[in-house]
Amino acid sequence: DIGDVGHKYHLELVLEDVLDKDSTVNCTAEVLYHLGNKNIAPDVHFTIEGELKNTDEADNIFYNRIKSLEKELVAENIPDSHGNVSPEMEPIRLLAWVASGYVIWQNSTENTKFQLAQIKHVKQVKRSDEYLEFDYMILLHEMVSQEIIPWQMTVLWHPQHGVQVTQDSRQPKHA
Amino acid sequence: QLDFWLAPRGPGHPVDVRVPFASLQPLKAHLEANGVSYSIMIEDVQALVDHEQMEMLRSRRQLPLSTNTFDYATYHSLDEIYAFMDLLVAEKPNLVSKLEIGRSTENRPLYVLKFSKGGKNRPAVWIDTGIHSREWVTQASGVWFAKKIVLDHENDKDLASILDKMDIFLEIVTNPDGFVFTQTQNRMWRKTRSRHSDSTCIGVDPNRNWDAGFGGPGASRNPCSETYHGPYANSEPEVKAIVDFVKNHGNIKAFVSIHSYSQLLLYPYGYTSTPVPDQKELHQISEKAVAALSSLYGTNYKYGSIITTIYQASGGTIDWTYNQGIKYSFTFELRDTGRYGFLLPAKQIVPTAQETWLALKVIMLHAQGHLY
Repeated sequence: DIGDVGHKYHLELVLEDVLDKDSTVNCTAEVLYHLGNKNIAPDVHFTIEGELKNTDEADNIFYNRIKSLEKELVAENIPDSHGNVSPEMEPIRLLAWVASGYVIWQNSTENTKFQLAQIKHVKQVKRSDEYLEFDYMILLHEMVSQEIIPWQMTVLWHPQHGVQVTQDSRQPKHA
Repeated sequence: QLDFWLAPRGPGHPVDVRVPFASLQPLKAHLEANGVSYSIMIEDVQALVDHEQMEMLRSRRQLPLSTNTFDYATYHSLDEIYAFMDLLVAEKPNLVSKLEIGRSTENRPLYVLKFSKGGKNRPAVWIDTGIHSREWVTQASGVWFAKKIVLDHENDKDLASILDKMDIFLEIVTNPDGFVFTQTQNRMWRKTRSRHSDSTCIGVDPNRNWDAGFGGPGASRNPCSETYHGPYANSEPEVKAIVDFVKNHGNIKAFVSIHSYSQLLLYPYGYTSTPVPDQKELHQISEKAVAALSSLYGTNYKYGSIITTIYQASGGTIDWTYNQGIKYSFTFELRDTGRYGFLLPAKQIVPTAQETWLALKVIMLHAQGHLY
């Protein structure tokens, strides 16, 4: 409890590679939730003890596959109602997961717990530069209120330059 | 590239045309420039085609002729689950019967399977799945539990001993209206489908509608909210049906309500931080049940009271059942912890059901050995 400032949490966590359960890395982090204004994202500082796996090969395969598509990628409902994700869509889903992490961070308070529930729609946006751009409509599940919140996010990605969310906005809920 | 579905006949006759996406703007511009009026009949033909494909594949799947050919590793429709129940009863009428305990808002029957080796109004265990319709792994697990009870009622000594003394009641689709809605309109629907106030929003959270701390913090009075508690306790026929059943039966000793997701085993209370008098015993049972669950596939569960483990929630099922005197009241939150969430891949249905069953047996066995 930091008077007049907020609540600080010290965390020790283990990061597990989604694609390789045996690959883990220790991590420590400090999270500061600001008092008062709920519109400021919490401050986060972290240290990773060790190295994350190199993913260059898989990144380049995905990058080249998308770059060589004749028509811009369009897809919806990932996963589908039965939890299925086709192998071609798996990297699209992982990208959304990472990008939604940013959106979640920016919108988290001590009283929220967000998860990415589903990608409703994704559309690749043509670019003249080397970046890949995707326009996502996702559904976030907020655990405390149990609400499903539609959210639009524009995501840029490049194997060497990483992920960027250039635009995001909360969407109105359907009746 | 224009695909005419109603070909041109001459001036004064309408024309229907399917337009590929890339040609939409040019065509609209052309029509407008020439004063030709148009309206959109189908926004997205591909979506319709995909949907129809899916429907056709489904109807081509022959209805299973026995519960042995039923596919437990996939998600089923309401009709398929109701047909399954009838098959199960027909195959083992001396053990299984089907009761109708009420009707939903949209007048769907609310069915409970009763598993009994005889006796009259024996002490009983109640299990419900699917009270929140989007939590599909729960209804699917309920179907698996039903079959498991029939398969093991003689050869599994724990289950046989439980059934020697107790009956098991299993409500697989506790919220059928919501369930159908998740299949036809909105996969993420949670609540019932009732309309109460003059709000445009539909549905009440059936796990905030029970008479335990009703309307208190931990539920919403906004009809548009996912945790809307409803106009009054038991306003939902789906909830009232269970309340009436429990009161009329009078001899239920364990009550388990199953949800997903988060991997938790919870006991009361949710509406208050006051611990229940039986907290120590319930905590010990939970520890044992979770250990049994984890033993199968290593799935990690946390356990504790609702309010200390997830959040404050008022008007919840097991808070009411506990206050009715049903000491062994538990709620499960099944797999996973958020990676797929509500959209749990079908191939995880059976492993989830298998591990959960081990935990359920711990609870039922404890109840059977500590009847009160």
